[in-house]
Amino acid sequence: MARVVVSVPPSAKKGEVIEIRTLASHPMETGFRHTTTGELIPRDIITTLVCTYNGAEIFRAALHPAVSANPLVTFNTVATESGTLEFKWTGDNGYSVTASAPISVV
Amino acid sequence: MTTRRQFLVIAAGALAAPARAQLPPNVAQLRKAAFDQAIRDVVGAAPVRSGKVKLDMPPLVDNGNAVPVTITVESPMTATDHVRAIHLFTEKNPQPRVIGATLGPRAGRAILTTRARIADTGQVIAIAQMSDGSFYSDRVEVVVTLSACLEEGLI
Repeated sequence: MARVVVSVPPSAKKGEVIEIRTLASHPMETGFRHTTTGELIPRDIITTLVCTYNGAEIFRAALHPAVSANPLVTFNTVATESGTLEFKWTGDNGYSVTASAPISVV
Repeated sequence: MTTRRQFLVIAAGALAAPARAQLPPNVAQLRKAAFDQAIRDVVGAAPVRSGKVKLDMPPLVDNGNAVPVTITVESPMTATDHVRAIHLFTEKNPQPRVIGATLGPRAGRAILTTRARIADTGQVIAIAQMSDGSFYSDRVEVVVTLSACLEEGLI
């Protein structure tokens, strides 16, 4: 539960475009499915993912039920300075998970 | 293997809620209206041009529950000319919106990869908003063999 994985290159050249991959372990229950006895399974999804680079927001995604279970989101950013990338997932039922990854820029 | 007891439970559930599995007769219109409305919510009254956006996904989808999607937008990604947002829509899902990403000049390259649920054979559309406020889109027709969320009927 609540496991997340981020992949950020540990070091990069200044100005280089780096790829960041994020994966969160989450069922992304759509709210459209029923149990075998006909009860509706309530919606339970991750709604937002925010990535900050040394405190400045570089990426934000709004997720809807049509994103697969265990949502994978990959994006790019420019390596500007050494520091930390912080990731925050928030969702239904108070879901909130953070992760961070260091990067050294030479 | 379904036991007799499980079968009776399922049968009772099906009898208790017979209407839920049936689609409304105008389901195609409802879906189309929901799809158009979702796009209007994002772009407003602005025109959406084709070009600049490349939506890369398999044309034949075996499993609609996890379809890899890559959206690439041609842009120099400078402070004055960059991609502000990327949105993804599917035509046949109960809710057309899939993901809406906000980026900026610091992205370097406007590429977004994710995995989507796609309910049925139909169009998938990616729309990108540029820093000058214009919208560009790309659409792909996909064939889905195993649908996501189809067991409940669409919409």
